[in-house]
Amino acid sequence: MKNDVLVIGAGGAGLVAALNAHNAGAKVKIITKEYPTRSQTCMAQGGINAVLPHVTNDSVEEHIKNTLKSAHGLGEEEMIKLLCEEAPKAVEWLDGIGVPFSRTQDGYIAQRRLGGASESRACYAQDYTGLKILHTLYDQVLASGIEILNERYMLNILKEMNSVTGISVLNIRSGEVEIYNAPSVILATGGYSKIYGSHTTNSKSTTGDGLAAALRVGANLLHMEFIQFHPTALKKSAILISESARGEGGYLLNSRGERFTDELAPRDEVARAIHEQIVNGEDVFLDIRHLGEEFINEELPQERKLAKLYENIDPVSELIPIKPVAHYTMGGVEVDKNSQTNIDGLFAVGECANQKVHGANRLGGNSLLELVVFGKSAGLHAAEFTKNFDKSLDVNKYKETEEKLLQIVREHKNEIDFYQFREKIAELFYTKVGIVRNKADLQSAYEEIQEIKSQLPLMGASDKSKVYNTNLVEFLEFVNMLDVCELVLRSAILREVSCGAHFRVD
Amino acid sequence: MKIEIRRDNHIHEYEVQLKDTTLLAVLQEIKTKQDSSLTFASGCRSGVCGSCSMRVNGKEVLACEYKSKDADLVEPLKNVPILRDLVVDMDKAYEFNVRAKAWQSSLSKNALLTPEDEKRNELQSDCILCAACYSACPVYTVNGEFLGPFTLTRMWRYVSDMRENNEAEKIGNIQINGVWDCTLCNECTIACPQGISSKADIEKLRSKSAGLGFMDPNFGNFGGFGFDGSPSF
Repeated sequence: MKNDVLVIGAGGAGLVAALNAHNAGAKVKIITKEYPTRSQTCMAQGGINAVLPHVTNDSVEEHIKNTLKSAHGLGEEEMIKLLCEEAPKAVEWLDGIGVPFSRTQDGYIAQRRLGGASESRACYAQDYTGLKILHTLYDQVLASGIEILNERYMLNILKEMNSVTGISVLNIRSGEVEIYNAPSVILATGGYSKIYGSHTTNSKSTTGDGLAAALRVGANLLHMEFIQFHPTALKKSAILISESARGEGGYLLNSRGERFTDELAPRDEVARAIHEQIVNGEDVFLDIRHLGEEFINEELPQERKLAKLYENIDPVSELIPIKPVAHYTMGGVEVDKNSQTNIDGLFAVGECANQKVHGANRLGGNSLLELVVFGKSAGLHAAEFTKNFDKSLDVNKYKETEEKLLQIVREHKNEIDFYQFREKIAELFYTKVGIVRNKADLQSAYEEIQEIKSQLPLMGASDKSKVYNTNLVEFLEFVNMLDVCELVLRSAILREVSCGAHFRVD
Repeated sequence: MKIEIRRDNHIHEYEVQLKDTTLLAVLQEIKTKQDSSLTFASGCRSGVCGSCSMRVNGKEVLACEYKSKDADLVEPLKNVPILRDLVVDMDKAYEFNVRAKAWQSSLSKNALLTPEDEKRNELQSDCILCAACYSACPVYTVNGEFLGPFTLTRMWRYVSDMRENNEAEKIGNIQINGVWDCTLCNECTIACPQGISSKADIEKLRSKSAGLGFMDPNFGNFGGFGFDGSPSF
């Protein structure tokens, strides 16, 4: 069956891209390794930045200025300008499809201040902003009739010459390899924070599959060393406590009850300040007690629930123990202003892409914005690209090759337990490729990754079942993560000066 | 602690050296250290993606929110096909959202909504589609085509929103296998990890239905009155 546009990944970026490609007349298929509503987007809490038309004390210029500053010279002004100028329309559209934003008494969308922003600019829906946006988008995709294929794990991007022709997937349910053909493929596969294992706020799925696949077909990956550490994750579980807790007036305290930093500085600065406290033997806490129970229930209900469940404390009356953990990966597949990669017909959007708007450090509230603004652009350009190309491929030929490749992986012996190494890499990255870095640590981490890679042939899935083999999927993810780790380290070693989230102490 | 897991209709017993931890952590420990074939779904591990919905001792829970206890029996959700072990196929359940057309039907422009307007569906839009309610719903034992609790809650979310301009059509979509088929047993409310009551939403949808002239189709069969006013049985 002929497709015009394949969208890989069904978080916010993928769904917006799919809707826009569909509205432009393309026949779209969405392929996801889970279900759309399980995507990372559901975990976004704080808000989506936009200078709304009725607001008088803020301006698009300020939004641009704040974003540029936080990007530390690695953002592209033209793209940042586009992002901020389109923001009001993006939020208007979300409002138009029914996203249940929190409201002001005057009937406008409520806004709060997040780190690095000069004004209250983040539109929110309590602290469930991502969840409510994602589900509303999903409902619109269902309304559009776009086909969604759930639980398909992308194996490879297929291309001929320098032109994408489709993708191969493992149907997790059946265990079969499937080939999907299309002249345009949009990667919306998310980031790679999961290389930090238990030291990330992210879901288990952010394993960088799309980036690794893009790398295998020769796409450019850019700024991979820039990994954002979120200042406030719960200490025991690394579960996110939204920046909005500080935006609404929360303090950071050390063991002596002292404030030690500007809580609303950009995330890289706050994370480093906390890191320094921890290195000096302090415990660090988030204090929102003074905000009051009513306010917390109204504006931060999820934070209260999470703190109670995973830290056994009630933030209404107790301090929240926190630590910084990996949260967002600024690096990604390099794309041009049409969201196209260096491979014809291959587009990328959302966290897996590097659209050069976050640079060295993303501002809170700009990632939900990015996925709407560039999701639209990617969808429209992919649909347009398809009109000019009629590419078909020999599905059977590809199926045979891809099956053979997967069979080799299936037959890997499990002499060395990859789960153990997955954990080891997470520790390695948290300690040596974390908030503060130096050459010797990066070099030794690089060598360790090389060593683990050399042992890959001795690792594999011990579960040999064909149907719903998550052991195999996790091994495939592990292989992708290793490629991503190597790239992060190569870039981190090469960048010898500190810049935003990449902080060198040597 | 000892934990029992239903896999392919057999109960498997596992022993783990963990305490005071979530069921999800226990399942991960088993998969990565003892039995890599154990199959379950998980995602955010913070109660917002709905992946790890399952049953413990007969009650629906999110594995990431449930604290494991010795001798717990873990089983997959009910009313959905089992793909493997604790993983179920949600496709048909989610398809009910499509059948009911549980979405906003057209783009609204510059609606001014007050905080009170937003409160009308704030809770309903917290739904994570974990399908705990769907599993707990007894209607499925007699009617596999029932639109079900989460779909009807979603419908309430949209029809209660001022931005929806086609309320009557939406309400029309949920008359058959919909609002009147619910027994108001409240099992969905008890099962919901987000504190949503689909039962309450269904009652509100019923009164909206009645307001729009729709009637309980079963009413006539249970001692109501026929169109000519005579009792019918």
